[in-house]
Amino acid sequence: MTRAVEWVKVDSERYPATEGESVRDERVVNGKRVWHPRKSKAAALLVKGVDLPIGDARVLYLGAGAGTTPSYFADVARAVYAVEFAPSPASRLVDVAETRKRLFPLFADARKPSEYSSVVEGVDVLYQDVATRGQADVALKNAGFVREGGRAYVIVKARSEDVTAEPEEKYEEVAEKLDEKYEVEKVVDLSPFYDDHAAVVARRR
Amino acid sequence: MTAWFERGTDADALETSLEDGAEPEVRDLPALAVEKGVFETHDGYYDALHEATVEVARRRVDDAVDTAERDIVNAVRTLETLSEQINELDERGRDWSDETGRVPVDEIVEARESHEEARDETRRFIEERTPELAPNLSNLAGSVLAARLIALAGGLDKLARMPSSTVQVLGAEDALFAHLRGDAPPPKHGVIYVHPYVRETDADERGSAARAVAGKLTIAARVDRYAGDLRPELAEELDEKIEGIRSRDGGDGS
Ligand SMILES: C[S@@+](CC[C@H](N)C(=O)[O-])C[C@H]1O[C@@H](n2cnc3c(N)ncnc32)[C@H](O)[C@@H]1O
Repeated sequence: MTRAVEWVKVDSERYPATEGESVRDERVVNGKRVWHPRKSKAAALLVKGVDLPIGDARVLYLGAGAGTTPSYFADVARAVYAVEFAPSPASRLVDVAETRKRLFPLFADARKPSEYSSVVEGVDVLYQDVATRGQADVALKNAGFVREGGRAYVIVKARSEDVTAEPEEKYEEVAEKLDEKYEVEKVVDLSPFYDDHAAVVARRR
Repeated sequence: MTAWFERGTDADALETSLEDGAEPEVRDLPALAVEKGVFETHDGYYDALHEATVEVARRRVDDAVDTAERDIVNAVRTLETLSEQINELDERGRDWSDETGRVPVDEIVEARESHEEARDETRRFIEERTPELAPNLSNLAGSVLAARLIALAGGLDKLARMPSSTVQVLGAEDALFAHLRGDAPPPKHGVIYVHPYVRETDADERGSAARAVAGKLTIAARVDRYAGDLRPELAEELDEKIEGIRSRDGGDGS
Protein backbone atom coordinates (compact mmCIF):
# COMPACT_ATOMS: atom_id res chain seq x y z
CA MET A 1 0.00 0.00 0.00
CA THR A 2 1.28 3.46 -0.91
CA ARG A 3 1.60 5.83 1.99
CA ALA A 4 2.58 8.98 0.22
CA VAL A 5 1.00 11.74 -1.74
CA GLU A 6 1.48 11.10 -5.44
CA TRP A 7 0.93 13.22 -8.51
CA VAL A 8 -1.44 12.48 -11.34
CA LYS A 9 -2.17 14.23 -14.61
CA VAL A 10 -5.70 15.56 -15.02
CA ASP A 11 -6.70 17.77 -17.95
CA SER A 12 -3.00 18.44 -18.57
CA GLU A 13 -2.51 19.68 -15.00
CA ARG A 14 -0.56 17.85 -12.34
CA TYR A 15 -2.53 17.34 -9.15
CA PRO A 16 -1.78 15.54 -5.91
CA ALA A 17 -3.61 12.29 -5.29
CA THR A 18 -3.83 9.58 -2.68
CA GLU A 19 -5.01 6.02 -2.48
CA GLY A 20 -8.14 5.46 -0.43
CA GLU A 21 -11.88 5.09 -0.44
CA SER A 22 -13.77 7.99 -2.04
CA VAL A 23 -15.63 10.27 0.37
CA ARG A 24 -17.39 12.62 -2.01
CA ASP A 25 -17.54 12.95 -5.75
CA GLU A 26 -13.80 13.31 -6.24
CA ARG A 27 -12.25 12.08 -9.46
CA VAL A 28 -10.30 8.88 -9.40
CA VAL A 29 -7.37 8.52 -11.81
CA ASN A 30 -5.31 5.31 -11.97
CA GLY A 31 -6.91 4.23 -8.72
CA LYS A 32 -5.86 7.46 -6.98
CA ARG A 33 -8.22 10.03 -5.51
CA VAL A 34 -7.49 13.37 -7.11
CA TRP A 35 -6.87 16.04 -4.48
CA HIS A 36 -8.10 19.15 -6.22
CA PRO A 37 -6.58 22.52 -5.27
CA ARG A 38 -9.92 24.26 -5.54
CA LYS A 39 -11.60 21.81 -3.20
CA SER A 40 -8.99 21.70 -0.49
CA LYS A 41 -6.59 24.36 0.75
CA ALA A 42 -4.04 21.70 1.57
CA ALA A 43 -4.08 20.57 -2.07
CA ALA A 44 -3.65 24.21 -3.09
CA LEU A 45 -0.56 24.36 -0.86
CA LEU A 46 0.86 21.23 -2.47
CA VAL A 47 0.20 22.53 -5.97
CA LYS A 48 1.95 25.76 -5.00
CA GLY A 49 5.01 23.70 -4.14
CA VAL A 50 4.79 23.93 -0.37
CA ASP A 51 6.32 21.05 1.55
CA LEU A 52 3.59 19.35 3.59
CA PRO A 53 5.23 16.36 5.28
CA ILE A 54 2.17 14.33 6.22
CA GLY A 55 3.39 10.93 4.99
CA ASP A 56 3.54 8.62 8.03
CA ALA A 57 3.17 11.69 10.28
CA ARG A 58 1.05 12.30 13.35
CA VAL A 59 -1.26 15.20 12.57
CA LEU A 60 -3.53 17.40 14.63
CA TYR A 61 -6.16 18.83 12.32
CA LEU A 62 -8.23 21.73 13.69
CA GLY A 63 -11.41 22.71 11.88
CA ALA A 64 -11.93 19.36 10.20
CA GLY A 65 -15.25 20.34 8.64
CA ALA A 66 -17.01 17.43 6.96
CA GLY A 67 -13.73 15.55 6.75
CA THR A 68 -12.88 16.04 3.10
CA THR A 69 -9.29 17.24 3.53
CA PRO A 70 -8.74 15.10 6.64
CA SER A 71 -9.60 12.03 4.55
CA TYR A 72 -6.67 12.73 2.21
CA PHE A 73 -4.38 13.29 5.18
CA ALA A 74 -5.51 10.00 6.69
CA ASP A 75 -4.72 8.16 3.43
CA VAL A 76 -1.01 8.79 4.00
CA ALA A 77 -0.52 9.79 7.64
CA ARG A 78 0.12 7.56 10.63
CA ALA A 79 -2.57 9.21 12.74
CA VAL A 80 -4.89 12.17 12.17
CA TYR A 81 -6.71 13.77 15.10
CA ALA A 82 -9.56 15.75 13.56
CA VAL A 83 -11.26 18.39 15.69
CA GLU A 84 -14.57 19.92 14.62
CA PHE A 85 -17.19 21.65 16.76
CA ALA A 86 -20.19 22.31 14.49
CA PRO A 87 -22.66 19.41 14.62
CA SER A 88 -23.60 19.13 10.93
CA PRO A 89 -20.11 18.88 9.46
CA ALA A 90 -19.03 16.79 12.46
CA SER A 91 -21.77 14.30 11.68
CA ARG A 92 -20.33 13.77 8.20
CA LEU A 93 -16.80 13.77 9.63
CA VAL A 94 -17.71 10.77 11.76
CA ASP A 95 -19.04 8.96 8.67
CA VAL A 96 -15.76 9.69 6.89
CA ALA A 97 -13.75 8.58 9.93
CA GLU A 98 -15.50 5.23 9.79
CA THR A 99 -13.83 4.65 6.41
CA ARG A 100 -10.33 5.53 7.66
CA LYS A 101 -8.71 3.46 10.42
CA ARG A 102 -6.28 6.19 11.41
CA LEU A 103 -8.67 9.14 11.37
CA PHE A 104 -9.81 9.97 14.89
CA PRO A 105 -12.82 12.32 15.05
CA LEU A 106 -13.02 14.67 18.01
CA PHE A 107 -16.23 16.62 18.42
CA ALA A 108 -14.78 19.48 20.43
CA ASP A 109 -13.91 23.17 20.43
CA ALA A 110 -10.36 23.81 19.26
CA ARG A 111 -10.19 26.80 21.61
CA LYS A 112 -10.41 24.33 24.50
CA PRO A 113 -7.65 21.78 23.91
CA SER A 114 -8.15 20.40 27.40
CA GLU A 115 -11.32 18.81 25.97
CA TYR A 116 -9.17 16.38 23.97
CA SER A 117 -5.78 16.39 25.68
CA SER A 118 -6.29 12.89 27.10
CA VAL A 119 -6.49 11.51 23.55
CA VAL A 120 -4.13 13.51 21.34
CA GLU A 121 -0.50 12.40 21.27
CA GLY A 122 2.47 14.60 20.42
CA VAL A 123 2.21 15.51 16.75
CA ASP A 124 4.59 16.27 13.89
CA VAL A 125 2.16 18.52 12.06
CA LEU A 126 -0.52 20.95 13.14
CA TYR A 127 -2.90 21.85 10.34
CA GLN A 128 -5.52 24.46 11.11
CA ASP A 129 -8.41 25.65 8.97
CA VAL A 130 -10.98 27.11 11.37
CA ALA A 131 -11.98 30.19 9.38
CA THR A 132 -13.10 32.10 12.45
CA ARG A 133 -11.96 35.04 14.51
CA GLY A 134 -8.92 34.56 16.71
CA GLN A 135 -7.20 32.16 14.32
CA ALA A 136 -3.75 32.77 15.84
CA ASP A 137 -4.99 32.10 19.38
CA VAL A 138 -6.27 28.67 18.38
CA ALA A 139 -2.84 27.68 17.04
CA LEU A 140 -1.13 29.04 20.16
CA LYS A 141 -3.44 27.17 22.51
CA ASN A 142 -2.71 23.92 20.68
CA ALA A 143 1.04 24.46 20.39
CA GLY A 144 1.58 22.21 23.41
CA PHE A 145 0.77 19.16 21.29
CA VAL A 146 3.37 19.94 18.62
CA ARG A 147 6.81 18.45 19.08
CA GLU A 148 9.81 20.73 18.86
CA GLY A 149 10.61 21.38 15.23
CA GLY A 150 7.15 20.14 14.21
CA ARG A 151 5.36 22.02 11.46
CA ALA A 152 2.33 24.24 11.69
CA TYR A 153 0.15 25.27 8.77
CA VAL A 154 -2.33 27.90 9.81
CA ILE A 155 -4.84 28.82 7.14
CA VAL A 156 -5.90 32.42 7.54
CA LYS A 157 -9.11 33.61 6.02
CA ALA A 158 -8.67 37.37 5.93
CA ARG A 159 -12.38 38.10 6.06
CA SER A 160 -12.89 36.04 9.22
CA GLU A 161 -10.80 38.52 11.13
CA ASP A 162 -12.03 41.80 9.77
CA VAL A 163 -13.98 42.50 6.61
CA THR A 164 -12.38 45.86 6.00
CA ALA A 165 -8.66 45.29 6.60
CA GLU A 166 -6.18 44.50 3.85
CA PRO A 167 -5.66 40.73 3.65
CA GLU A 168 -1.85 41.08 3.77
CA GLU A 169 -2.03 43.03 7.02
CA LYS A 170 -4.18 40.31 8.49
CA TYR A 171 -1.75 37.57 7.50
CA GLU A 172 1.13 39.54 9.00
CA GLU A 173 -0.78 40.07 12.21
CA VAL A 174 -1.48 36.36 12.57
CA ALA A 175 2.17 35.57 11.76
CA GLU A 176 3.36 38.00 14.42
CA LYS A 177 1.12 36.49 17.05
CA LEU A 178 2.27 32.98 16.18
CA ASP A 179 5.86 34.07 16.80
CA GLU A 180 5.23 33.55 20.52
CA LYS A 181 5.45 29.77 20.08
CA TYR A 182 6.37 29.16 16.47
CA GLU A 183 9.10 30.31 14.16
CA VAL A 184 7.31 31.58 11.09
CA GLU A 185 8.94 30.49 7.83
CA LYS A 186 6.64 32.03 5.27
CA VAL A 187 3.20 33.20 4.35
CA VAL A 188 1.77 31.53 1.25
CA ASP A 189 -1.08 33.21 -0.57
CA LEU A 190 -3.60 30.62 -1.79
CA SER A 191 -4.65 32.49 -4.93
CA PRO A 192 -5.71 31.69 -7.59
CA PHE A 193 -7.36 28.75 -5.86
CA TYR A 194 -8.77 30.68 -2.91
CA ASP A 195 -9.27 34.43 -2.67
CA ASP A 196 -8.34 36.20 0.56
CA HIS A 197 -6.74 33.09 2.04
CA ALA A 198 -3.16 32.41 3.01
CA ALA A 199 -1.29 29.77 4.94
CA VAL A 200 1.20 30.74 7.58
CA VAL A 201 3.88 28.06 7.57
CA ALA A 202 5.84 27.78 10.80
CA ARG A 203 7.91 25.53 13.03
CA ARG A 204 7.36 24.85 16.69
CA ARG A 205 10.09 26.44 18.79
CA MET B 1 -1.93 13.64 33.89
CA THR B 2 -4.20 10.99 32.50
CA ALA B 3 -4.31 9.27 29.18
CA TRP B 4 -7.62 7.96 27.89
CA PHE B 5 -6.66 4.25 28.27
CA GLU B 6 -5.82 4.36 31.96
CA ARG B 7 -9.28 3.48 33.20
CA GLY B 8 -10.33 1.19 30.38
CA THR B 9 -10.12 1.10 26.63
CA ASP B 10 -13.70 1.51 25.47
CA ALA B 11 -15.78 4.54 24.51
CA ASP B 12 -17.01 5.11 28.07
CA ALA B 13 -13.48 5.19 29.44
CA LEU B 14 -12.47 7.60 26.72
CA GLU B 15 -15.44 9.83 27.35
CA THR B 16 -14.70 10.00 31.07
CA SER B 17 -11.07 10.90 30.36
CA LEU B 18 -12.16 13.91 28.31
CA GLU B 19 -13.45 15.49 31.51
CA ASP B 20 -9.99 15.65 33.02
CA GLY B 21 -9.23 18.88 31.28
CA ALA B 22 -5.44 18.82 31.37
CA GLU B 23 -3.11 21.08 29.41
CA PRO B 24 -1.76 19.92 26.03
CA GLU B 25 1.49 17.98 26.16
CA VAL B 26 3.79 16.18 23.75
CA ARG B 27 3.36 12.53 24.71
CA ASP B 28 3.99 9.33 22.83
CA LEU B 29 0.69 7.76 23.82
CA PRO B 30 0.94 4.58 21.71
CA ALA B 31 4.38 3.83 23.19
CA LEU B 32 3.13 4.64 26.68
CA ALA B 33 0.16 2.31 26.28
CA VAL B 34 2.40 -0.51 25.11
CA GLU B 35 4.89 0.17 27.90
CA LYS B 36 2.11 -0.04 30.47
CA GLY B 37 0.96 -3.31 28.98
CA VAL B 38 -2.45 -1.98 27.97
CA PHE B 39 -1.87 -2.90 24.33
CA GLU B 40 0.61 -5.22 22.71
CA THR B 41 1.25 -3.14 19.62
CA HIS B 42 0.85 0.38 18.33
CA ASP B 43 -1.64 -0.92 15.77
CA GLY B 44 -3.68 -2.45 18.57
CA TYR B 45 -3.60 0.88 20.35
CA TYR B 46 -4.74 2.82 17.28
CA ASP B 47 -7.49 0.33 16.47
CA ALA B 48 -8.99 0.68 19.96
CA LEU B 49 -8.61 4.46 19.87
CA HIS B 50 -10.38 4.56 16.53
CA GLU B 51 -13.31 2.53 17.74
CA ALA B 52 -13.67 4.61 20.90
CA THR B 53 -13.31 8.06 19.27
CA VAL B 54 -15.80 7.19 16.53
CA GLU B 55 -18.33 5.97 19.06
CA VAL B 56 -17.95 8.94 21.41
CA ALA B 57 -18.04 11.46 18.57
CA ARG B 58 -21.13 9.79 17.10
CA ARG B 59 -22.96 9.93 20.44
CA ARG B 60 -22.05 13.51 21.10
CA VAL B 61 -22.82 14.70 17.59
CA ASP B 62 -26.24 13.04 17.60
CA ASP B 63 -27.00 14.68 20.93
CA ALA B 64 -25.80 18.04 19.71
CA VAL B 65 -27.81 17.86 16.48
CA ASP B 66 -30.88 17.05 18.51
CA THR B 67 -30.32 19.89 20.96
CA ALA B 68 -29.44 22.36 18.20
CA GLU B 69 -32.64 21.50 16.37
CA ARG B 70 -34.81 21.94 19.46
CA ASP B 71 -33.06 25.19 20.31
CA ILE B 72 -33.62 26.59 16.84
CA VAL B 73 -37.26 25.55 16.65
CA ASN B 74 -38.05 27.00 20.08
CA ALA B 75 -36.09 30.17 19.40
CA VAL B 76 -37.82 30.90 16.11
CA ARG B 77 -41.26 30.33 17.62
CA THR B 78 -40.34 32.61 20.50
CA LEU B 79 -39.10 35.20 18.03
CA GLU B 80 -42.49 35.18 16.30
CA THR B 81 -44.34 35.52 19.61
CA LEU B 82 -42.16 38.42 20.69
CA SER B 83 -42.57 40.21 17.37
CA GLU B 84 -46.36 39.84 17.51
CA GLN B 85 -46.46 41.10 21.06
CA ILE B 86 -44.33 44.10 20.23
CA ASN B 87 -46.66 44.95 17.35
CA GLU B 88 -49.68 44.66 19.61
CA LEU B 89 -48.11 46.79 22.31
CA ASP B 90 -47.27 49.40 19.69
CA GLU B 91 -50.85 49.42 18.46
CA ARG B 92 -52.27 49.74 21.97
CA GLY B 93 -49.80 52.47 22.82
CA ARG B 94 -50.61 54.38 19.66
CA ASP B 95 -54.37 54.20 20.30
CA TRP B 96 -53.92 55.28 23.88
CA SER B 97 -51.70 58.25 23.14
CA ASP B 98 -53.85 59.27 20.13
CA GLU B 99 -56.76 59.56 22.52
CA THR B 100 -55.05 61.15 25.51
CA GLY B 101 -51.70 62.44 24.27
CA ARG B 102 -49.70 60.12 26.57
CA VAL B 103 -49.34 56.61 27.97
CA PRO B 104 -49.54 57.15 31.73
CA VAL B 105 -48.22 53.73 32.78
CA ASP B 106 -44.41 53.79 32.43
CA GLU B 107 -44.15 50.05 32.81
CA ILE B 108 -45.89 49.55 29.48
CA VAL B 109 -43.14 51.43 27.71
CA GLU B 110 -40.55 49.51 29.70
CA ALA B 111 -42.24 46.21 28.87
CA ARG B 112 -42.08 47.08 25.21
CA GLU B 113 -38.38 47.84 25.50
CA SER B 114 -37.59 44.62 27.30
CA HIS B 115 -39.59 42.68 24.72
CA GLU B 116 -37.53 44.33 22.05
CA GLU B 117 -34.32 43.37 23.80
CA ALA B 118 -35.50 39.79 24.14
CA ARG B 119 -36.44 39.73 20.47
CA ASP B 120 -33.04 41.04 19.37
CA GLU B 121 -31.19 38.58 21.59
CA THR B 122 -33.34 35.71 20.32
CA ARG B 123 -32.59 36.72 16.76
CA ARG B 124 -28.87 36.82 17.52
CA PHE B 125 -29.14 33.35 19.03
CA ILE B 126 -30.80 32.10 15.84
CA GLU B 127 -28.18 33.78 13.68
CA GLU B 128 -25.42 32.13 15.64
CA ARG B 129 -26.88 28.63 15.94
CA THR B 130 -28.69 28.00 12.69
CA PRO B 131 -25.57 28.09 10.48
CA GLU B 132 -23.95 25.51 12.77
CA LEU B 133 -26.79 23.08 12.11
CA ALA B 134 -27.66 24.13 8.57
CA PRO B 135 -24.75 26.04 6.99
CA ASN B 136 -26.00 25.90 3.40
CA LEU B 137 -29.64 26.57 4.12
CA SER B 138 -28.60 29.57 6.25
CA ASN B 139 -26.26 30.77 3.55
CA LEU B 140 -29.04 30.73 0.94
CA ALA B 141 -32.04 31.77 3.00
CA GLY B 142 -30.56 33.76 5.88
CA SER B 143 -30.58 32.29 9.35
CA VAL B 144 -34.06 33.37 10.39
CA LEU B 145 -35.83 32.04 7.31
CA ALA B 146 -33.74 28.86 7.53
CA ALA B 147 -34.86 28.45 11.14
CA ARG B 148 -38.51 29.06 10.23
CA LEU B 149 -38.37 26.40 7.53
CA ILE B 150 -36.77 23.92 9.91
CA ALA B 151 -39.46 24.68 12.50
CA LEU B 152 -42.33 24.44 10.00
CA ALA B 153 -41.05 21.12 8.68
CA GLY B 154 -40.59 19.74 12.20
CA GLY B 155 -36.82 19.40 11.96
CA LEU B 156 -33.97 19.45 9.45
CA ASP B 157 -34.34 15.74 8.80
CA LYS B 158 -37.98 16.15 7.78
CA LEU B 159 -37.19 19.23 5.72
CA ALA B 160 -34.46 17.33 3.88
CA ARG B 161 -36.94 14.60 2.94
CA MET B 162 -39.61 16.94 1.54
CA PRO B 163 -40.11 17.48 -2.16
CA SER B 164 -39.33 21.06 -3.11
CA SER B 165 -42.98 21.66 -4.08
CA THR B 166 -43.85 21.17 -0.39
CA VAL B 167 -41.02 23.40 0.80
CA GLN B 168 -42.31 26.07 -1.57
CA VAL B 169 -45.65 26.29 0.28
CA LEU B 170 -44.47 25.61 3.85
CA GLY B 171 -46.22 28.14 6.04
CA ALA B 172 -49.10 28.58 3.58
CA GLU B 173 -51.07 25.65 4.93
CA ASP B 174 -54.33 27.62 5.20
CA ALA B 175 -54.17 28.69 1.59
CA LEU B 176 -53.24 25.18 0.56
CA PHE B 177 -56.24 23.66 2.32
CA ALA B 178 -58.53 26.28 0.84
CA HIS B 179 -57.20 25.28 -2.55
CA LEU B 180 -57.70 21.60 -1.86
CA ARG B 181 -61.30 22.34 -0.86
CA GLY B 182 -61.70 24.01 -4.25
CA ASP B 183 -62.11 27.49 -2.77
CA ALA B 184 -58.93 29.11 -4.02
CA PRO B 185 -56.06 28.94 -6.49
CA PRO B 186 -52.98 27.03 -5.27
CA PRO B 187 -50.58 29.13 -3.19
CA LYS B 188 -47.40 30.11 -5.05
CA HIS B 189 -45.33 30.38 -1.93
CA GLY B 190 -45.37 30.05 1.83
CA VAL B 191 -42.88 31.55 4.20
CA ILE B 192 -40.19 31.67 1.49
CA TYR B 193 -42.05 34.79 0.38
CA VAL B 194 -39.81 36.76 2.73
CA HIS B 195 -36.77 35.76 0.67
CA PRO B 196 -35.70 38.82 -1.34
CA TYR B 197 -35.47 36.68 -4.47
CA VAL B 198 -39.19 35.92 -4.19
CA ARG B 199 -40.53 39.12 -2.69
CA GLU B 200 -38.57 41.44 -4.96
CA THR B 201 -39.31 39.62 -8.19
CA ASP B 202 -42.10 41.09 -10.33
CA ALA B 203 -45.48 39.50 -9.70
CA ASP B 204 -45.72 37.72 -13.05
CA GLU B 205 -42.43 35.90 -12.52
CA ARG B 206 -42.75 35.45 -8.78
CA GLY B 207 -44.08 31.92 -9.10
CA SER B 208 -41.00 30.86 -11.08
CA ALA B 209 -38.75 32.63 -8.60
CA ALA B 210 -40.48 30.84 -5.71
CA ARG B 211 -40.01 27.52 -7.48
CA ALA B 212 -36.32 28.21 -8.08
CA VAL B 213 -35.71 29.36 -4.50
CA ALA B 214 -37.59 26.39 -3.04
CA GLY B 215 -35.63 24.02 -5.28
CA LYS B 216 -32.25 25.30 -4.15
CA LEU B 217 -33.26 25.55 -0.49
CA THR B 218 -34.35 21.93 -0.63
CA ILE B 219 -30.99 20.89 -2.04
CA ALA B 220 -29.25 23.00 0.63
CA ALA B 221 -31.23 21.28 3.38
CA ARG B 222 -30.24 17.90 1.99
CA VAL B 223 -26.56 18.82 1.80
CA ASP B 224 -26.78 20.09 5.39
CA ARG B 225 -28.46 16.93 6.60
CA TYR B 226 -26.38 14.41 4.70
CA ALA B 227 -23.03 16.10 4.08
CA GLY B 228 -22.71 19.12 6.36
CA ASP B 229 -20.04 21.07 4.50
CA LEU B 230 -20.60 24.57 3.23
CA ARG B 231 -20.91 24.70 -0.57
CA PRO B 232 -20.82 28.33 -1.73
CA GLU B 233 -21.57 27.21 -5.29
CA LEU B 234 -25.21 26.60 -4.29
CA ALA B 235 -25.67 30.33 -3.68
CA GLU B 236 -23.98 31.16 -6.97
CA GLU B 237 -26.26 28.77 -8.84
CA LEU B 238 -29.33 30.34 -7.28
CA ASP B 239 -28.06 33.86 -8.11
CA GLU B 240 -27.71 32.86 -11.75
CA LYS B 241 -31.08 31.20 -11.92
CA ILE B 242 -32.86 34.23 -10.50
CA GLU B 243 -30.97 36.53 -12.80
CA GLY B 244 -32.23 34.43 -15.70
CA ILE B 245 -35.83 34.58 -14.48
CA ARG B 246 -35.74 38.30 -13.87
CA SER B 247 -34.18 39.11 -17.20
CA ARG B 248 -37.10 37.51 -19.00
CA ASP B 249 -39.76 39.54 -17.13
CA GLY B 250 -40.45 43.14 -18.01
CA GLY B 251 -37.66 42.97 -20.61
CA ASP B 252 -37.63 45.13 -23.74
CA GLY B 253 -39.33 42.30 -25.60
CA SER B 254 -36.45 41.73 -28.00
C1 LIG C 1 -13.26 26.07 6.20
S1 LIG C 1 -14.06 24.85 7.19
C2 LIG C 1 -12.96 23.47 7.17
C3 LIG C 1 -12.89 22.69 5.89
C4 LIG C 1 -11.95 21.48 5.99
N1 LIG C 1 -10.70 21.89 6.59
C5 LIG C 1 -11.66 20.87 4.64
O1 LIG C 1 -10.79 21.41 3.94
O2 LIG C 1 -12.27 19.85 4.32
C6 LIG C 1 -13.82 25.48 8.80
C7 LIG C 1 -14.37 24.59 9.88
O3 LIG C 1 -13.83 24.98 11.14
C8 LIG C 1 -14.79 24.76 12.12
N2 LIG C 1 -14.43 25.51 13.32
C9 LIG C 1 -14.40 26.86 13.47
N3 LIG C 1 -14.03 27.19 14.71
C10 LIG C 1 -13.78 26.02 15.37
C11 LIG C 1 -13.39 25.70 16.70
N4 LIG C 1 -13.14 26.67 17.58
N5 LIG C 1 -13.26 24.42 17.03
C12 LIG C 1 -13.52 23.44 16.12
N6 LIG C 1 -13.91 23.68 14.85
C13 LIG C 1 -14.05 24.96 14.48
C14 LIG C 1 -16.08 25.19 11.45
O4 LIG C 1 -17.21 24.64 12.08
C15 LIG C 1 -15.88 24.69 10.02
O5 LIG C 1 -16.44 23.42 9.84
